[in-house]
Amino acid sequence: MTTTVPDGGTTQGARARRGGGGPATRRALRLDRRYLPVVGTFVVLALILVVGGMRYDNFLSVGVLANLFINNSFLIVLAVGMTFVILTGGIDLSVGAVLALSAVTAAYLLNAGMPAGVVIPLVVLVGSVIGLLVGAMVHVFEIQPFIATLAAMFFARGLCFLVAPESIPISEETFVALAGWDTWIGGQWRITSSVVIALVVVAVAFYLLHYTQFGRTVYAIGGGEQSARLMGLPVARTKVLVYVVSGTCAGIGGLLFAMYSRSGYSLTGVAMELDAIAAVVIGGTLLTGGTGFVLGSVLGVLVLGLIQTVITFEGTLSSWWTKIVIGGLLLVFVILQRVLTVRRT
Amino acid sequence: MSATSAPPPRTAGRLGAVTSHTLFWPVVALVALLAANTIFRPSFLSVSVLNGHLFGSPIDILRNCAPLMLVALGMTLVIATRGIDLSVGAVVAIAGAVALSFIATAPEPEAIGTVLTAIGIALVLSLLLGVWNGFLVSVVGVQPIIATLILMTAGRGIAMLITQGQITTVTSAPFKTLGAGFWLGLPVATLVAFGVFGLVSFLTRRTALGMLVEAVGINPSASRLAGVQARTIVWTVFALAGLFSGLAGLILASNVMAADANNAGLFIELDAILAVVIGGTSLAGGKFSLSGTFVGVLIIATLTLTVTNLGISPLVTPLFKALVVAAVTLAQSPVVRRKLAERAVRRPSTSKAVA
Repeated sequence: MTTTVPDGGTTQGARARRGGGGPATRRALRLDRRYLPVVGTFVVLALILVVGGMRYDNFLSVGVLANLFINNSFLIVLAVGMTFVILTGGIDLSVGAVLALSAVTAAYLLNAGMPAGVVIPLVVLVGSVIGLLVGAMVHVFEIQPFIATLAAMFFARGLCFLVAPESIPISEETFVALAGWDTWIGGQWRITSSVVIALVVVAVAFYLLHYTQFGRTVYAIGGGEQSARLMGLPVARTKVLVYVVSGTCAGIGGLLFAMYSRSGYSLTGVAMELDAIAAVVIGGTLLTGGTGFVLGSVLGVLVLGLIQTVITFEGTLSSWWTKIVIGGLLLVFVILQRVLTVRRT
Repeated sequence: MSATSAPPPRTAGRLGAVTSHTLFWPVVALVALLAANTIFRPSFLSVSVLNGHLFGSPIDILRNCAPLMLVALGMTLVIATRGIDLSVGAVVAIAGAVALSFIATAPEPEAIGTVLTAIGIALVLSLLLGVWNGFLVSVVGVQPIIATLILMTAGRGIAMLITQGQITTVTSAPFKTLGAGFWLGLPVATLVAFGVFGLVSFLTRRTALGMLVEAVGINPSASRLAGVQARTIVWTVFALAGLFSGLAGLILASNVMAADANNAGLFIELDAILAVVIGGTSLAGGKFSLSGTFVGVLIIATLTLTVTNLGISPLVTPLFKALVVAAVTLAQSPVVRRKLAERAVRRPSTSKAVA
């Protein structure tokens, strides 16, 4: 077994006694070791930007960066939900399939004449319900998260094909208007409705994780479930809730994907859970649980997106290099994490 | 730990002893699937001789399950040591890509020597990929799920690099034999897969290897202190998982005579993990059941064929897989087992069964 992070629970507990407070504000003078992986992610991000900016014209343009957020909005939301699950030491393989199910359901219902005001909350709820089912399987029946979410993945993917074997275009006016809405910040930085939604999700997640009892319990479970239980924390409820959070995020992600592609197709999001997991790991969250940050995962998504952008800019490189580079980057970060955890113990 | 593959007969012992056997629910699921098929199409279980070899749905199941059988075999050993191997699908794609690319560029694609060299290269490469996974897990100490996620992500890219993004197709009769040929009336793929499966079962149950694997899975530190070469054992099972996946990749590639880097072995890691779990091996490591995996693989292969037979789109198959996994894992879950045990002791109450 790899070494778990014993101080995760205690530092969180200590912070709980001090009555909360942002992780970054109180100890600005000395860099906490917990931030090292995130700093690593930030350095990689900056490095790609600098190297890309030197190699290609227009790489460091506002348009490219704005598109980075627009094209990855759904992945940001997925990675945020995944962060909660991984922080408790679990994993959620179902997010890609739930995203597809949510997108397909949205397209199907909108086509059937349902108003967007009903469909949008409904498809998000689809994700929450699947998350709840997974949480119940994990908690009540003590099935490993890996298997429970695997079953959910197959379940959601199968339902997708049952709802719509073919791609369904979305033409409902309110939905299309919402999807097409955008605004320009400073006249150059284009922000679409999906980016706004994604950023709101990030903000809510940040608040939940760092300023509520729920968030502290999430960290505590990752640090040591037994200790968290002995401390009297609501372990059972929290363990179910993280899957609900992840499922809800996948539901929102499906909505964003439907807005992005203006259609629902049952094969969307195949292997997207791996992108989300990769983003979370690159963003500095330990898979053993207990250590990691939502904003790190957002940085992780941006790194993945930038790699894609660089390969597009390079032109001569084929698309498969994306996978190889991401794999290589994962390797570097995993070994970095490993070195950090070894030094800590 | 039990090496017996068949569940104890119903007449022997109490009903509780039968239902609590780890293989009870998987075998029930398999029999139910076969029965449903036979009811739907009475000729389902019949086997006839056609063109000098056996022909029929059972033979189809045995042939189609060969690649999964090999992958699940490696997966069982890896899971028994508390690991997991997500990269097997990528290794399947790489093995197929390497072998077919070699045959395609060889001067004599029909020659047996060419085919054997191609198979050899592919298998050695798969073994090396397994060794790489094992190195990350046992020496560097990375969590198995992440260590193999790296190769899972990069592997398909590497396979595409080998085939240059094309779907490589070849015509080579000797190579086609591996996946589509028959020997003594039985599919060669089945014979290969079952042969390897039997060999590994023999090695793990008739030598100390199986016990050492379980020892590492139950408690790595304790087994190391007791003198078990935990690192070597973990390294070996990952290497074997790579090798078996490579062989599965060759069978798959030979069956269609094409190397599709994107889709060859897609999701086979999930099917394999599913088969292992259905077979009653816990993902927490420790005790493993190869016979359980065997039944698990047959269930998945039968399920896939059933869906096709019923005229349902194969795209809906995941839904049925989800139902089988949910049913079997729920039935095996500690909570339900406890409840069942309680009910067996007390008189049958009116409370509803959980599940």
